Amino acid sequence: MLAVNYRGPFRIRADKNLPYPEIEHPEDAIVKVLRSCICGSDLHLYHGLVPDTRVGTTFGHEFIGEVVETGSSVENLKVGDKVMVPFNIACGKCAFCKQELYGNCHEANPQSTAAGGIFGYSHTTGGYHGGQAEYVRVPYADFGPTVIPEWMDPDDAVLLTDVVPTGYQAAEMGGIQEGDTVVVFGAGPIGIMAAKSAWLFGAGRVIVIDKLDYRLEFVKEYAQCEVFNFQELEDPVVFIKKQTDSLGADVCIDAVGAEAAGNKVNSLMGRKLLLQGGSTTALHWAINSVKKGGIVSIVGVYGPVDALVPIGNVLNKGITIRANQASVKRLLPKMIEHVKNGVLDPKAIITHRIPLEEVAEGYHIFSSKLDNCIKPVLIPPAAGI
Amino acid sequence: MTTDETSPEDFKNKRGGNHSHIVGWGVDIDPKNDPTYPIKKRTDEEIKGYSWERSEQQPIDIEVLHSVERPNITAVFGTAAPPRGLSGMIRRHAFKKSESSLGRWVPLILADRIDMVEGVLDDLKQGHIPNFFAERGLKSEWKYNRKNFVIKTATVAAVASAALILLFRKSKK
Repeated sequence: MLAVNYRGPFRIRADKNLPYPEIEHPEDAIVKVLRSCICGSDLHLYHGLVPDTRVGTTFGHEFIGEVVETGSSVENLKVGDKVMVPFNIACGKCAFCKQELYGNCHEANPQSTAAGGIFGYSHTTGGYHGGQAEYVRVPYADFGPTVIPEWMDPDDAVLLTDVVPTGYQAAEMGGIQEGDTVVVFGAGPIGIMAAKSAWLFGAGRVIVIDKLDYRLEFVKEYAQCEVFNFQELEDPVVFIKKQTDSLGADVCIDAVGAEAAGNKVNSLMGRKLLLQGGSTTALHWAINSVKKGGIVSIVGVYGPVDALVPIGNVLNKGITIRANQASVKRLLPKMIEHVKNGVLDPKAIITHRIPLEEVAEGYHIFSSKLDNCIKPVLIPPAAGI
Repeated sequence: MTTDETSPEDFKNKRGGNHSHIVGWGVDIDPKNDPTYPIKKRTDEEIKGYSWERSEQQPIDIEVLHSVERPNITAVFGTAAPPRGLSGMIRRHAFKKSESSLGRWVPLILADRIDMVEGVLDDLKQGHIPNFFAERGLKSEWKYNRKNFVIKTATVAAVASAALILLFRKSKK
């Protein structure tokens, strides 16, 4: 079958002769992929920043598809069902799943106790092949996949597998109260969704900081927020203090993660030399921009090794930090309802529809921010554009 | 450029105003979302320890490295790219260390880079010559960022030519 084949940092190709996935466990299903996305966090893999990213792995954790085969124990899905598959692999039975922490399942990733299982996201998250392929194996198929409502556009559905719930949870973890000033660092797809979601919780002001004007223009239009390019600010922290009468923002969201720009030393340490788990510039700004007693919400992805942050200021300011991989399965019913009611319009962020065969171009375009790319979607040959 | 220098009049308390134009504003307002409490449906399941009814164990018929911080291999696991060659040896060594040790993560990054070379050798063994230009997606660089593409290519070509000339001269002497 046709599938993405990772060959090393900045090298990826679509191979036509890779083996079809098989049922390996009674609770598995095989899904024929209809849409898959390239996520901003896939770029961390593509750039070689995530340890234990093995050559020959198929990436892709945001996908929807049609069930073509089920294991002997699967009762809730049948062949022909069209499903959205949360990016987290979750058993639904462990202590953490029972607490609806589906991004933290204890039975999906033998390689790490810190990270849960994620499709196509290195062996640090379980060593699963992902959905940037014609077919994919889906474990715990009775629990994770959700049937796509008939009225839902597949382009909306694919974005509900990660981007929308992750952005929403970023705002939710911020504990936003009516009238709060919320600052979102990063205007990628997750930052865009976090900014939009902040309004749903009653934010009074939503400010987005990034360095790319085209992204800022996009989020300004899409999420009706205030936008600022940090390259035009001498110090984003001082700027936020000026905007908030010197007190700081009520909530700051780090929607950037390991590849933050804005500080040369941090970029050198975290992105080039890999001496820490990514460049922490956005998190640094978030901690220093938030008010005393404020909340910093982290959904940007970092590597597993240590990373420098101003922890002294976390203490001195009494900041609460909330962070997690989105619990997609928990949030899906609400996200579906918001799409149905017109509160959220996920597919509007898709800017590029790329045949799966041209995946290398897709990664390069997204990675190098070419052609005003916001969100690329890969279309397998049989799925039809 | 907005400077860092400040004066008292720079500081403003703008808290937003009418949001009626924003679709969905306030639909999920939750005064009970207490940020000092983790988002979870509290069940205290973990008090019982690792005692839940696990799914059937997926047959372990490939080499699966597992964290020393857990007693077993999870009920399901991925079967992509089992450890191989020199990179595999390094990975096996790395997995003897805990997730909180640099001795685990740094060797894994080293193994990834060796794996890349092993991947090229594998390709060649199978009669496939890797097309680095295509694998790096540089067709799109040519399409959307031609000026940069030309400058980079010219620079690489110039440096390579200079190196070759120097080598050629040295070998003549």
